[in-house]
Amino acid sequence: MTEHDIIIIGGGPAGLAAAVAARKAGITDILILERDEFLGGILNQCIHNGFGLHTFKEELTGPEYAARFIQMVEEEHIPYLLNTMVLDINSNKEVTIINKESGLTIIKARAIILAMGCRERPRGALNIPGYRPAGIYSAGTAQRFVNMEGKTVGKEVAILGSGDIGLIMARRMTLEGAKVKVVAELMPYSGGLKRNIVQCLDDYGIPLKLSHTVIAIEGKDRLTGITLAQVDENRKPISGTEEYISCDTLLLSVGLLPENELSEGAGVDLNPVTSGPFVDDRLETSTKGIFACGNVLHVHDLVDYVSEEASLAGVSAAAFLKEGQKKYADMVEIAAEHGVRYTVPQRLDKEHMEDQITVRFRVADVYQDRYISVYYDGERVSHKKKRVLAPGEMEQVILKKENLKDYPDLKKIVICTEVE
Amino acid sequence: MKEMYYDAAIIGGGVIGCAIARELARYDMKICVAEREEDVCSGTTKANSAIVHAGYDASPGSLKARFNLEGNRMMEELSKELDFPFIRNGSLVLCLDEEDLPNLQALLEKGVNNGVEGLTILSGDEVRAIEPNVTDQVVGALYAPTGGIVCPFGLNIALAENACDNGVEFFLNTEILGIEKTTEGFDLKTPDSIIHAKFVINAAGVYADQFHNMVSEKTLTIIPRKGDYLLLDKQAGAHVNHTIFQLPGKMGKGVLVTKTVHGNLLIGPSATDVESKEDVRTTADELTEITKKAAYVVKDIPFRKVITSFSGLRAHEVGGDFVIGEVLDAPGFFDAAGIESPGLTSAPAIGVYVAELVAKKADAKKRADFNGVRKGIVHPEKLTIEERGNLIKEDPRYGTIICRCEGVSEGEIVDSITRTLGAVSLDGVKRRVRAGMGRCQAGFCGPKTIEILARETNRAPEDICKNRPGSNMLKKEEKGAANDRA
Amino acid sequence: MEIRELTCIRCPLGCQLKVTIEEDEINVTGNSCGRGIEYGKKEVLSPTRMVTSSVRVLGGKHDMVSVKTSQDIPKDKIFDCMEEIRKVTVNAPVSIGDVIIKDCAKTGVSIVATRDVEVVL
Repeated sequence: MTEHDIIIIGGGPAGLAAAVAARKAGITDILILERDEFLGGILNQCIHNGFGLHTFKEELTGPEYAARFIQMVEEEHIPYLLNTMVLDINSNKEVTIINKESGLTIIKARAIILAMGCRERPRGALNIPGYRPAGIYSAGTAQRFVNMEGKTVGKEVAILGSGDIGLIMARRMTLEGAKVKVVAELMPYSGGLKRNIVQCLDDYGIPLKLSHTVIAIEGKDRLTGITLAQVDENRKPISGTEEYISCDTLLLSVGLLPENELSEGAGVDLNPVTSGPFVDDRLETSTKGIFACGNVLHVHDLVDYVSEEASLAGVSAAAFLKEGQKKYADMVEIAAEHGVRYTVPQRLDKEHMEDQITVRFRVADVYQDRYISVYYDGERVSHKKKRVLAPGEMEQVILKKENLKDYPDLKKIVICTEVE
Repeated sequence: MKEMYYDAAIIGGGVIGCAIARELARYDMKICVAEREEDVCSGTTKANSAIVHAGYDASPGSLKARFNLEGNRMMEELSKELDFPFIRNGSLVLCLDEEDLPNLQALLEKGVNNGVEGLTILSGDEVRAIEPNVTDQVVGALYAPTGGIVCPFGLNIALAENACDNGVEFFLNTEILGIEKTTEGFDLKTPDSIIHAKFVINAAGVYADQFHNMVSEKTLTIIPRKGDYLLLDKQAGAHVNHTIFQLPGKMGKGVLVTKTVHGNLLIGPSATDVESKEDVRTTADELTEITKKAAYVVKDIPFRKVITSFSGLRAHEVGGDFVIGEVLDAPGFFDAAGIESPGLTSAPAIGVYVAELVAKKADAKKRADFNGVRKGIVHPEKLTIEERGNLIKEDPRYGTIICRCEGVSEGEIVDSITRTLGAVSLDGVKRRVRAGMGRCQAGFCGPKTIEILARETNRAPEDICKNRPGSNMLKKEEKGAANDRA
Repeated sequence: MEIRELTCIRCPLGCQLKVTIEEDEINVTGNSCGRGIEYGKKEVLSPTRMVTSSVRVLGGKHDMVSVKTSQDIPKDKIFDCMEEIRKVTVNAPVSIGDVIIKDCAKTGVSIVATRDVEVVL
């Protein structure tokens, strides 16, 4: 069985940034495993601009952003396998892979970085009633057809869900000559970035109907129409608000799910809120030597944060290999409370932590003029006002090692929102 | 108008039509199957509980009881001969109320009367010991060790392929518009041909009454009875081991909760009589109803793991039993009608029975060259690492995974398209190799499967359909193609 | 006096801007930084957008190459540009930055490739 220092599962933005960081931290024996026929992952189909403002201080398209990292990987001569699917990872860090060159093989890693990304929630997960005709796509699938294959998925379009991919596709389909009739969102707010609502919907006069959902699907062969209805505060359709919209295509942008089926095989504990692994401040999962970053850890809003997080995973995996089996100190729990849905990481090794760490989180609802507070075992240590907080956008707080020194018995850090 | 001559024409390429076709292929006859849809297994057979019933439920003396028992006994050997997934996982009928225990006993007695083997009554504790996730309220259960689960697609398609390999001709996308009695037999009218057949077998599912009534004064009435289902991720498949039914009680008939042969968890069905024989719409009310009923008998079902919902129609004949045999006032016309539950279980036995009736009437002799063995599409998960490596060495397409959720390779997909009666649609591929059947529901593999289907069948991607013609996945009008046309 | 409410999109913060237009004077409030003022004024005076799309490639490893306008174009020229982009086909190889269409729809702005597409051998 061949062995590598670090095996990175996934050659998208997270995997690439992790690989580069690990190499820069002195690890030479790295292998990236990518299931698609090219590196760069989903960025290749995200042909719109808006990437890289944080990382490269300029606005790039998805493929350009990916190309920058691919170039770094090439320059560092980091090996990768394309068209290679990982079938299994176990807690001994043995990775079963399949591809057409070497068949089915098992390779061993001293450390693994999980960077598999996420998938879209399908229609079935929503239980939208009605027929099951052709013409219902998850937004990302339509994006692949339109952007990478130059196909036309439909001419009259309705979109359910106002996640970023749905918003982006509303504009793309419009530019390609389709009529996008409506974007319906179950929640009273959009889950997408503001700039996407402005540039993808407002610019083209596409109505965004908040607190609306699809209650019926018509058409036995190809979709012929949908029925929309307004929903009440319990998200139940309100009778009498039904509206029929004829369309040949329904795109779903109703959420992304980290793809952690492999992680579970390796004994990695998952957080039911994020559907991603529980990790510490070095992004190490509950299985020692297995790290996670990017959308497999939690769904990000901006790829720049994915790259930043993945670099940390790369550096951490390198440190893990250099330190050998370090002794893990007692962990401080990082808890999400009062309007904060989750945090990443969820625990912190106060003794071994970097000088400062970034805790990322999302809020549970749209809030205005709220404070984000940090408590150390009940003592408020930070209290910052934010004008707007929205679930569609990630937030962060920085925890500094020097501040934590004053709390030798610290057990729990709470991050929460507060009205005052 | 094309004219074709057959000894026997079977209407319907569902599991019943194909079971009859495969059995009739043992005889020296010229046989065809006419199927309205683009593929076999496209009606009632494609959407049901996928259960091989033990046989305690049917009324003693009924055709349902007879063929259920016979079919159940045939299933294991047939699954080996035709290479389709079947597991005898046993079933449990749960009783939640002490007052209903006599009914459980009565069910056992009915089963014994029907000839079901191994039936026993378990106490509540015994049930919980073997099935820890059933509700605490269980006071007893009827245990039927002969109950099983099967892949309905696998069974139907295997029967069709084997029939085809033994000379049965299949006409797909071929709707029968009318039937006329002639001196020679029957003329079946299709949109572009006339099929002259000495004998006709009516296995048309929910439409079997229409065809029967074209030739007989003694009419049949089939009511489409819709059932909605929920399918859960494979991660939920181990939630129960047996097929869990509920004894009809205060809460009504209940629904079943079962693992499937592929390891998913299946919940359903509802039961609603519908007007249209095309109405396979799921409804919010029915999906809610089956969710509630399932949660009533099995604890902690991870409903977050639902990956799809679907609905199917039962072909319920008002008489309540299967209608099988030669039609009295239309000699040479054979019904296999009203085949609702336990129809899937009964299919192999109905096939044998009807084929024998037809062959006897035709005075046909058995063929010496009939080959009942069918080799299915390779199941990579059943191979050792070495075997799989060798397979990939021989054909590298088995090393390229297309459907990541179900781990389906390009090699399997190509086989599903190029083999006997190969898939022509996305659903056809899905039913044969499960590409697109998993948790992402073809989000990732859909575009690639369309590409492979187009390539292997020499069609444009825009011509690839989800299932029947008209269900095209893409619209014509390609980018940059303007230049090519100019 | 005209007041327009806009969402600034210069960064993910998405400030709600109020742009007041009074004769020659344009006032922006609600911004968090200088870019907000700039954005508000520009959206009122001469709104521009970057357009991204993809173009069919012949003989390449991929079927399509992603493209963008090399800089922002006037908002009202978006569909004119798209019309030209939809018609064009290029031959592989293509490199990031290659000009695919010069002076697209008379905007003076080029359409450039945003991905490398190698020749298929």
